[in-house]
Formats: sequence, C-alpha cells, structure tokens
Amino acid sequence: MPLLEIDDLSVSFDTPDGTVSAVRGVSMALEAGKTLAIVGESGSGKSQTAFAALGLLAKNGRATGSVRFEGEEILNAPLKALNKIRAEKIAMVFQDPMTSLNPYMRVSDQMSEVLMHHKGMGKKEAVAEAVRMLDAVHIPSARERIRLYPHEFSGGMRQRVMIAMALLCRPRLLIADEPTTALDVTVQAQIMSLFSELQSEFGMALLLITHDLGVVAGSCEDVVVMYGGRIMEKAPVDPLFADPVHPYTLGLLRAIPRVDKGSEELLTIPGAPPNMTNPPPGCPFRPRCAWGGDDCDAVVPPLDSVGPNRSRACIRPVETIREGIPADYEEALP
Amino acid sequence: MLSFILKRLAVAIPTLLVLIVLSFVLMHAAPGGPFTRERAIPPEVLANLNARYGLDEPLWKQIGTYLWNIVAHFDFGPSFVYPSRTVNDVIAQGFPITLTYGAISFLVAVIVGCSLGVAAAIKQNSWLDYLAVGVSIGAQVLPNFVMAPILVLVFTLWLGWLPGGGWNDGQWEYLVMPVVALSTSFMASIARITRSSMLEVLAQNHIRTARAKGLPTRRILLRHALKPAMLPVISYLGPAFVTMITGSVVIDLFFSTGGIGLFFVNAALSRDYSVMMGITILIGGLTILFNLVVDILYAWIDPRIRY
Repeated sequence: MPLLEIDDLSVSFDTPDGTVSAVRGVSMALEAGKTLAIVGESGSGKSQTAFAALGLLAKNGRATGSVRFEGEEILNAPLKALNKIRAEKIAMVFQDPMTSLNPYMRVSDQMSEVLMHHKGMGKKEAVAEAVRMLDAVHIPSARERIRLYPHEFSGGMRQRVMIAMALLCRPRLLIADEPTTALDVTVQAQIMSLFSELQSEFGMALLLITHDLGVVAGSCEDVVVMYGGRIMEKAPVDPLFADPVHPYTLGLLRAIPRVDKGSEELLTIPGAPPNMTNPPPGCPFRPRCAWGGDDCDAVVPPLDSVGPNRSRACIRPVETIREGIPADYEEALP
Repeated sequence: MLSFILKRLAVAIPTLLVLIVLSFVLMHAAPGGPFTRERAIPPEVLANLNARYGLDEPLWKQIGTYLWNIVAHFDFGPSFVYPSRTVNDVIAQGFPITLTYGAISFLVAVIVGCSLGVAAAIKQNSWLDYLAVGVSIGAQVLPNFVMAPILVLVFTLWLGWLPGGGWNDGQWEYLVMPVVALSTSFMASIARITRSSMLEVLAQNHIRTARAKGLPTRRILLRHALKPAMLPVISYLGPAFVTMITGSVVIDLFFSTGGIGLFFVNAALSRDYSVMMGITILIGGLTILFNLVVDILYAWIDPRIRY
C-alpha cells in the first residue's frame, strides 16, 4: 500500500471572476521512504495539490476526489482529524521562509509549541528537543540561536529552521513546496543535500514541489509533470530526462540553459499558461504546443502508459515527439 | 530602547515650545480680546486691565514671561475671565473628571471594538460578520451630539433609569451615558480596523504554517494572529486616546459633567488666553506622550523594529 495515494483530485476556487479550476483530476502515489517530485510552472496546480491534501486550501477553495494517507481518507477530513496528522505524520516546508515563519515569535517558541501540543512535552524538554533538531539540520550554535527571531537568520538558515520545525515529530511524509526557490543557488544545493541526508536518517518520504528541473534531477526517483491543473507526464527521473515523450516536458528540458551545448540563445516555451477560469477544452498545452491541432481541442488526452512506470497525456505518437521540436514552429502558433 | 525614550522626550521639549509660541501668536492675532464686551469698556479701565495682565507689553515679552512662569513656577497664569481662579485650578478641577470618563470610554471602546472585530474576521461573511460591520457603520455615522440627546431622551425622560447629567464624583449612574456616547464611534472604528487587519494577518503565510503544524484554531488565533493584527489598531489608539480625553466638549455640554472640554471651548469663545494656552499645552503634551507609547508598543510587538 502506498504511503500517500492521490486519486482523481480536483481543486477549484470561487472568485469574483468565476470559478478557477486549479487542479483537474490528478492521481499519483508515493511509497514510504521514497521521493516524488511534482514539476510545473506557476499556476500549474502543483502547490494546490499538496495544500488540498493537508486541508490547507484558502477559504474559497474546494477539493474533490480522494487523498489517502496510510490507507485512510484524509481529503476534507474534519479539522480535528487533520490536526492529528499535520506535523505528526505529514509535515510541510514552505517556499518563502521569511514570511512562512512567524516574524513576531522567537524560533524557540515556534518550535517548542509543536512538541508541547503534539507530544505533550513541557516547555524545557520541548526546547531541548528543538535544539537537537536544529543541530540535525546543521545550524551552528543552535542552543544560543534558538532564542533569536526569524529575521535574525540568513535566508538559508531560515529554511533550515523551517525544515527542523517540520521534522520535530518525525513525520512519515515531508511535503516541501518550492523549498529552494527563494534561496541562492549555492544554498539551494546545500538544502537539497540536507533533504536527502535527513531522509535517510529519519526514513521519511518526500513530496517535492518545484518548478526547477535542476533540483529534480539529483534528488528524486519519480517525477510528475503538471500543466494547467493536469498531469502531462509521469516517469522515473532518468528516463524523463533522457527521453521526454510529452511536448511540454520536452519544452521544459529544452529551456534549461546548457553551457556544454554552446547555444547562446535562451530557449523558452512561447506563449503563456492558460487562464484557469476558462481553460482550453482539450489538452491545456495545445495553444503552446508545436504539434497542436484541432483534434487536441476535441478530447482531454488520457494518461496512457508508454513504458514501465511511465505514462503521458498526449494524442501524438511517441515517435513524433522524439523527432524533436520543429524549428520555427513559433510562427505557426495561433 | 531607553536611549530612544530619552531622545524622544528630549525632542518633545522643542516641539512643545513651537506649539506654545505658535498658539500664543495665533491666539493674539485673532480679533477681540478677553475684555471685549458688547458695550465698550471705558478706555481707561481697559488700559488698566491690560496693564494688570501684562497685555500692554510687546508680544515677544509676553511669551517670554509666560514661558518663564511655567518653567520656574509651573504657573500657567490666572484666568482672564474668572479672576479668582488660576489655570492650574481650572485644569485640576476639570481634568480628573475628563480623564475618568475618557479612560473608561477608552477601555470600553477597545475591549468591545477589538472583540467585535476579531469575531467578525473569524466568521467572515457570516451573520455575525454582517451584524458587526452593520453595527460599526451605524455607530460611526451616528455623531455623539446626536447620540447624547437620544440617550437622555430614552433613558432619562422616557424610562427614567439614569440621571440626565451631572457628575456626582463619578458614581456609575452618572458615568453610563457619557461613556456610551463618547465610546461608540471609537468602538466602531476600532472594530473596523481590527476586522480588516485580522483578515489580512489570517491570509498571511505564517498562519498557514501554524495550520500546517496542526495547532488548534484557538491557539493559532491567540498566539499567532492577534499580536500582528493589533499593530494598525495600536497606531489608531494613540491619537484616539488623546481625542477621547480632550475632545469631549459635547459630553460636557450635554451631560454637565464638568470636564475640561467645555472649559476649553468657553475659553476660546471668551478669549480667555491663559486657559486656552494651558489646555492646548496639556493636549499637546498628551499627544506627544501617547505617540511615544505607540512607538514603544510597536517595538514590543514587532521584534524587527529597533530604535
């Protein structure tokens, strides 16, 4: 049984401009101790997928479908039940550690309250445990610095505090929502290696949400590529990089600047992500796709298996995609 | 922090000085004087009066004497209109009364306003929210000079529950209507500010983190949201407190409470220079003091603010 099983999850938000369908029928599974990455650009629905699982959607958000953790349904579970799972079994690390940590509270108070609430520890014991966890994420002189406020830490150190706080109850699953996006590239690498170190130390699964394929490459087993609230491609990480079979994945990989290939131009995917109040009827990527045609608007492409543990949502033959993106296709786009 | 407080108090002295000189000059620039009557006073008598109160001296000399008396003797001079009383007497008589009902009104406005605002924010778009917003808009557009006579009409004339005015050493029956009339519109403003500020804080990232930590809602509200949500309220409360304990003319007028509000207005109408100056300095000093208190509270709530 997978640790986390997301089945046909949809998330929508009621706004004054109409209903925004952020996530539309997404399914994925994560085994205990493994790492799964959800990749996609802003607005692809990757973060909302995770928020929905933990009941952290904004007030106007609604989620349907199913999310099972250790076989138990947790989607739209009552707050009391969710609060038993949050931090204790599933913990979360957020994108911007400056605003995600409470700027008005000392780190010691923010960390100790988790243990006091979930484990019934006394203040002193909780702070001592928090110091041990700060040591584990390699924050120097943790015993003194735990007394500080978040703004007195550097960006990378703040994210370490955030991670240490998430690990306090030794959760079985850690969801990291763009954990390195707000950080310098060198600090990014440190945080990512910290994740894999902690994962082997605590034996937890990691759901990594990112827009950065570079982060994905070195850190996980499986990848889910999302676009316009739908899954475009699911694959183990190495085959995905070596042999992308969805036009969107291909475009993403092509857009990574490579020093060794000697290309001087920065390649992009032309166009902009769809407006989710009124998404395209069929494949959401069709308006930006090199192979898009009217038949792509007719049906929502199903996720078809294209190999071991691999599937993709595209109606063009795999061989066509493998030939590569035709030159000058941008002019032909609508 | 201590050096900040000392610095601010040091700056307060020149600020007060500017306030004194400016009000002094403006007051004397206004037409008329304390001895202007409908029937003209004989010129010899007027000259005598002016000489007695030093009004025949050049303005700069008058200001100088005035300042010297304050600094050296804490003497704000005699009242021009009631020769038997000094400004110190007038303030000593009226200010404790104003301070009493002003402070009580302040507490009522803060406690009721904040609770109403927080409740409305938590239950956003529920009947409670609509009720709170409706009540605060209603209370805010109802000025206290309309409120006061309505209260007297209902509770004194119709129901006969409460005395229609007087002070009687601040017995509670005499306090109820002044406090209600004075605090209502402030309470409404506080409720409105608290509500919008609380809604803003509740949408912030660190509140989502607190939710992800599996903390009970009550703890999230009290430990994580309330403190930052109070910041805009506090910056409103500093000046509001001064307004409440000084701008209470209407209360003194309708309920004959005998606070300094009425003295201030009467002094202005009768050009009682020294009483006007005394109360102006009192208000100015309080304003400076409460702005300082607001700054200190800010630094206490938000650790990122250091002076």
